[in-house]
Amino acid sequence: MIAAAFPDFLKRLGRRPVLAASLGSLALALLLLPTLDLAVHRQDPWPELARLARGLAVPRVEEWRELGGALLTTIAFAFAAVPFAAVAGVALALAYRMWAVRWLCACVRAVHEVFWGLLFMQIFGLSALTGVLAIAVPYAAIFARVFADLFAQQSPLPGRAIGWAGRGASGWLYAVAAQAWPSAAAYLRYRFECALRASTILGFIGLPTLGFHLESAFKEGHYAEAGGLLWAFYLLLAGIRFWAARPWVPLWCLAAWWLLPESPPLQTSLLGQFFGHDLWPAPLREGDWSGALRWYGAELLQVALPAAGRTLAISLVALALAGVSVLGLYPLASRAVARRLAPAGHALLLFLRATPELILAFVLLLLLGPSALPAVVALAVHNAAIVAYLSAREADRLPLRPDAPRAANLWAYEMTPRLWPRAAALLAYRFEVILRESAILGILGVWTLGLYIDTAFAELRLPRALFLIAVTAALNVAVEACTRRLAVGRGAFAGG
Amino acid sequence: MTLLFAASELCVRRGERAVLSGISFALRAGERVALVGTSGAGKSTLIAELHRALEDEAALCPQDLGLVDALSVYHNVYMGRLEERSFLANLWNLFFPLPAPRREVTALLAEFGLAGRWREPVGRLSGGERQRVALCRACFRRRPVFLGDEPVSNLDPEQGRRLLRQVLERHSTAVVALHDPALALDCFDRIVGLAGGRLAFDRPATALDRRFLADFYLDRGGVS
Repeated sequence: MIAAAFPDFLKRLGRRPVLAASLGSLALALLLLPTLDLAVHRQDPWPELARLARGLAVPRVEEWRELGGALLTTIAFAFAAVPFAAVAGVALALAYRMWAVRWLCACVRAVHEVFWGLLFMQIFGLSALTGVLAIAVPYAAIFARVFADLFAQQSPLPGRAIGWAGRGASGWLYAVAAQAWPSAAAYLRYRFECALRASTILGFIGLPTLGFHLESAFKEGHYAEAGGLLWAFYLLLAGIRFWAARPWVPLWCLAAWWLLPESPPLQTSLLGQFFGHDLWPAPLREGDWSGALRWYGAELLQVALPAAGRTLAISLVALALAGVSVLGLYPLASRAVARRLAPAGHALLLFLRATPELILAFVLLLLLGPSALPAVVALAVHNAAIVAYLSAREADRLPLRPDAPRAANLWAYEMTPRLWPRAAALLAYRFEVILRESAILGILGVWTLGLYIDTAFAELRLPRALFLIAVTAALNVAVEACTRRLAVGRGAFAGG
Repeated sequence: MTLLFAASELCVRRGERAVLSGISFALRAGERVALVGTSGAGKSTLIAELHRALEDEAALCPQDLGLVDALSVYHNVYMGRLEERSFLANLWNLFFPLPAPRREVTALLAEFGLAGRWREPVGRLSGGERQRVALCRACFRRRPVFLGDEPVSNLDPEQGRRLLRQVLERHSTAVVALHDPALALDCFDRIVGLAGGRLAFDRPATALDRRFLADFYLDRGGVS
């Protein structure tokens, strides 16, 4: 009976591509589940969790000076990096028609800020320059694509009306750039928020930002102090509108350079050594091409591919879990379903999406012990919160008939069928982000590409680190190309 | 008089559809031509063809105006003559309006009933005000030929007539697409009727009257 119904089911599914893609991802994730280590390695995580909750509820600031310093450094990195990235992004966007520029940008932005940080650290050490470049370099490539799209979208009419034939900087300035400015400014604001988060995260690789203090407070079990830092981080993000209001922006951009931590003097002799020697495997340095090929082949088969496979598996499982979580989370914040409890639901979603995956995963790792479980949960929860928030907002805009069903029936019959296609498209877009982040979670000890990259750096095996970063970038580029083709609609600038 | 534009049997296709077919049209310096015809008759396409041929000789006021909403009224008008100054001067002017063009622009704006509005972002203006800004920009360009695509459609008849006269005074030659027969008869010396992408008539204004134009619109499926 079931066997007979199955082909029919598949045939009907073929007519509903969104549902088919969703169920397909879910099935794939379930198949991959046994390949991951999802055990809880800690005997009894609950007392620890209780201590953590107490720390968050009753935060303490040990030293205000230290907190203030960390906050200012975090802001300074973002304010120093974003203007440079924006200017470089505009320049690259103008040359974006050249395929070489497009490819360069695709490769540069496929490498996560943290990996850029680890790379620059080998050259500049733990310096301000490392942090600024780690944010500015990938962001320039991101700006390039977004600005190129934005410029292309602008109406050609103003240019035509003033007789601008596509050449001449003045005409471009008034007819294209000025038109694009409101959208560009909104995107800059959004990117700046991302830069603040990135700057915080860079603390986990040793730069003196909020993340650095967070990591040590959590590791030493000072949960109240960690709570204080986390609340400071939330307030920092929530208050952007106030402390980074437009008139203050130029001032911050200048002040940032004073606020950055001091840098050790740069030794230019190291640069040549680094690029000419350190980054390449021994056979390549000696000009033994076949040996180099063998070396890269062995790295690819023994390290890169297994790690890439696991990174993909973690990302896919996290994506499926995120999809399921969205279904459960969005009604909590929807006024029609949750009614008076909707504000509480919104607060929960805000809390979950404001906390970067890395911090969530870090806390979960402390609580649950080292397995893939913390990574999967952190990635799923953070991304589900972002998509659920957008879906809840959409749900409140749905026109409902007066005699619409209530509560669970409303959710099942009226809302989810209408909201899911867009939520699925957003999730498909988020998959890129999940993949990038899951690679990064390796620096916390989760078995993904990032773990191998981090250890390679720690063991000073730079050729391996560079090769693995390249593999990660290639994986990201490939997945981006696939999801672009699959995603029904591109989910604009949703979330970080 | 010098011939500015001449086309015989002009055809323009958009995909499968012929937007203009077999149009013969010549424009001499000093002529003031009104283009009439129902929506979709091909007026905008003919204006675009003229603009492509005349290039820098013409100041264009497109139907969708082509204003930059994020910029102020002043900047939208100033844009008409960017080539007069260097890039750096133009960049500076974007943040700190230069005194000389500012005086010129504000005087022009006053003539078009926009005195004291030069700082306002164009995005906040009403439809009629936006149309007047686009007319100011065209006049500020100081070109011999004015090409307008329903440039006064959002203004009340009286104001529309007055402003159209002002625009025509500033240009020796003009081709303007219109829907208002009275305006076409009063302000222009030649009227060209388009219907379904073909030339319906091309006569001096003195040889036509309101009844003829009203019938022309009625025949072609209703007056807009």
